[in-house]
Amino acid sequence: MKSDEIQKVISGYKDVLPMSVLEEVENSLPSTISKSNATQIMDETVAAYNAARVNPGESVGIVSAESIGEPGTQMTLNTFHFAGVAEMNVTTGLPRIIEIFDAQKTLKTPMMEVFLNKPHNTNMDTIRKFATSIKETLFDEFVVEFALNIFDQTLRITLDKDILADHDLSEKDLIKCVKLKAKGFSIESTEGSILFTQKGKAGEIKELYNLKEKIRVVKVKGIKGILQVLPVKRGEEYIVLTSGNNLKDILDLPEVDATRTLSNDVHEVYKVLGVEAARHAIINEVYKVIEAQGLNIDVRHIMLVADLMTTNGNVKGITRYGVVSEKASVLARASFETPIKHLINAALEGEIDNLTSVVENVMINQPVPLGTGLPGLVTKMK
Amino acid sequence: MADVYINAKFVGTVDEPTAFVNDIKDLRRKGTFPLDVNVYHDIAAQEVRLFADEGRARRPLIIVRDGKSLLTVKHLEQLKDSEITWFDLVRQGVIEYLDAAEEENALVAWDEDHITEDHTHMEVTPGSISGVTASLVPFGNFMPSQRLIIGSKNQKQALGFYASNYSLRMDMDANILHYSQAPLVRTRVHDVSGYGDHPSGQNMVVAVMCYDGYNMEDGVILNKSSVERGLARSTYYTPVSAEELRYSGGLIDEISVPDKDVKGYKSEKDYSLLEGDGLVYPEAKLSEGDVVIGRTSPPRFLSSMDEYNLSAAIRRESSISLKHGERGVADFVVVTENEEGNRLVQVRLREERIPEIGDKFTSRHGQKGVTGVLVPQQDIPFSVSGIVPDLIFTPHGISSRMTISHLIELLGGKVGALGGRYVDGTLFESESEESLRKELLTLGFREDGTEVFHDGRTGRQMLVQIYVGSMYYLRLRHMVANKIQARARGPIQLLTRQPTEGKAKEGGLRLGEMEKDTLIAHGASLLLKERFDADKVIVPICEKSGLMGYYDFRRNGKAISPMYGENSDISNIEMSYAFKLMLDEVRSLGIYAKLVLNNKY
Repeated sequence: MKSDEIQKVISGYKDVLPMSVLEEVENSLPSTISKSNATQIMDETVAAYNAARVNPGESVGIVSAESIGEPGTQMTLNTFHFAGVAEMNVTTGLPRIIEIFDAQKTLKTPMMEVFLNKPHNTNMDTIRKFATSIKETLFDEFVVEFALNIFDQTLRITLDKDILADHDLSEKDLIKCVKLKAKGFSIESTEGSILFTQKGKAGEIKELYNLKEKIRVVKVKGIKGILQVLPVKRGEEYIVLTSGNNLKDILDLPEVDATRTLSNDVHEVYKVLGVEAARHAIINEVYKVIEAQGLNIDVRHIMLVADLMTTNGNVKGITRYGVVSEKASVLARASFETPIKHLINAALEGEIDNLTSVVENVMINQPVPLGTGLPGLVTKMK
Repeated sequence: MADVYINAKFVGTVDEPTAFVNDIKDLRRKGTFPLDVNVYHDIAAQEVRLFADEGRARRPLIIVRDGKSLLTVKHLEQLKDSEITWFDLVRQGVIEYLDAAEEENALVAWDEDHITEDHTHMEVTPGSISGVTASLVPFGNFMPSQRLIIGSKNQKQALGFYASNYSLRMDMDANILHYSQAPLVRTRVHDVSGYGDHPSGQNMVVAVMCYDGYNMEDGVILNKSSVERGLARSTYYTPVSAEELRYSGGLIDEISVPDKDVKGYKSEKDYSLLEGDGLVYPEAKLSEGDVVIGRTSPPRFLSSMDEYNLSAAIRRESSISLKHGERGVADFVVVTENEEGNRLVQVRLREERIPEIGDKFTSRHGQKGVTGVLVPQQDIPFSVSGIVPDLIFTPHGISSRMTISHLIELLGGKVGALGGRYVDGTLFESESEESLRKELLTLGFREDGTEVFHDGRTGRQMLVQIYVGSMYYLRLRHMVANKIQARARGPIQLLTRQPTEGKAKEGGLRLGEMEKDTLIAHGASLLLKERFDADKVIVPICEKSGLMGYYDFRRNGKAISPMYGENSDISNIEMSYAFKLMLDEVRSLGIYAKLVLNNKY
């Protein structure tokens, strides 16, 4: 805790510096600092902060676009493979960047990084057990044979005992899972097999067949959507990489460290954790790709794009249906894909374009309101 | 058991396919079976396929039997003495032609040293792996394959002596290299193809070094004095042609000096080079705008009513004159007729092309470069023995492209020039670098090809020895004289009023979308506006209706609004013509695009 005097000095800068900067300075000041030194440091901080600020009329958007676009031309189109038993491949490079910036709903390779709480993340065996427990396991995987008996109107399912043992399950557990699906059937289980018999009058074969198809895809264990799991060591601890995602259900598990667990699906992050988290997800995911490609792009360019995509409180892609459709100017919208559609809709609504932005002014050849074109006259001319 | 197919048609089966195939091959070699039939035994599919149809690519190979080539020293001697020919060897069963299918059953040895018991054939020469142009690259096995391809492509663009009757021909864009030379470092294909009769380059003294950076990024520096003595000089020929077209109604073009009352008559000066027949006289010096062939055409759209109309009966001027930036000397005039029997006139223009900055040169190793500067002989570094290079090549071009062959040719050329002989650089069978180095040593030079150089300007000895030698350099047909283009003002397109595109139309250089973005990024708003002022227009806009008005000069230039007539204020608004055009198009969609005017200040 700093002395009150120093606190006072720092809070005196409330109006010129943002809270985050003030906090950072406060935390890094030594406790023994004198008042005059603290004032000097604060003044220097203000000077540095002002020097780093973007000037009015700076075309941050175009600069960001060029800063991302130019290195983007050097990006590879390759997907990257994990070497390992359960191989997983990940979209990287330009396809992934497009996926994020377009805010696509279905990803080519949905993934999660599941971090666990302290006692669970220290050894490989526990993490492996956890991994298999979250993997979505369907009934089908335990089955050796489905035998439809037309005369008896029965369905006999032969199970693989080894796999059952691996998952620490018995025939009874499986029956519990499929009971709901098998209404109208009596179920008997014997060692290594389950027998379904149609109750009452002999129905059609079709019903038996439907039953079989229904049972096959019943989830026996794990979390829906988690198709593959891969326990890996990350630094000192072990984490689980998953292919397929279901952030909501994963975060409900008591072992999972909800503060660090990530999904690469921006929309899912938005739904589960909110728009601020989605903004961070965009920044992190894009930055991950850029780093992997060995490119050097300032995060602030990506932050600008992420801000633009999330500024409405939901996630919008840089597409003609997303942020472009939100532009105020008719001409600006028309200049980006499907011009006639935009012009006609604008005509139907009687829209007025106030020519306040860049593209419109380039089109009609007027000075763009940026840089030297921004300042106007204070004096009103008569 | 195997199925037998002839030209992919099933004909029957054989019990012993291997023996059957061998029999066919033996008979063919003995000459009792047609030589152009190939047989292929597909062992996996149990099929024997015979091919006798046309269109198969086949190549000759020397037959190997029991680990021995059938081509003997005796054959070679007989060939040398012209006692036998190649086709005698084919008939004797020493050489046979295989197609792609039969090659599958063959094991071909690279050369005599590599023959084993299993081999069935041997290459006639290891160099047959490459085609004709690639074989013209010396030491081609000392460079990456992709550079070899570039090198052989470059040779097709080289200026040379393309046809000995060039002076009688009317080729489009023909070039003749003055003083073309046969290469000192050559391959066997140079001999076979008679390359010395139509060479396409010159042996130049090349130094591998830097000179004030004028040869960086694939530049070359030329010795200006060498150029003045005729190094890499060429002549460019291009024809100008005109014909007398026939029109309906028995009307016809006429090649003649146009009368003064012809529609579109230029000025007397423009026709000054024409003789009485309407053709330019040979050796006339022509420049931009000069008429080469005078021609008039009958009036267009002549209807029966117009026959008595004097102004419509006037013939049109349709002379051929030199376009923007063209020049030359009338070299050769041909008057003939075309396929339809119309009179056809062709005038061939000649222009001497002296190498200048921007002209393209290349060695035969895909090491092309553009002239960066021409330096007078006295300023160029010279060797202790007084040799001044014709061309200075940058060393930075070698490391990344790995064209070792370029360096070996330099060495070989030096040995050839000093020893007074041709050096063999045939693919895989070239003289060895070691022997070339040894020979260079016996000629009194350092065996690594380097020499002590002095700077021509200061006379100071250079700190390092310079790798110098003779190389065959090619001048490529891409010359700045054909490509240079600049414009400050000029023609515009009718529709958009924007500058035309392309050199032929004297067009502008487009400041495109991405270039526009850079100006925006710099905040250079007014510069951007100025750049895009090419299609600036001032449009009178009605302030009430927001539509374009006009000035009616029948009413003293009064401004008229399309909706309110004289009862509206009209303002002159500056905008790009493209935007005005877009407004028109939007209005043609039925959309009332209304401009709302506001005072900017």
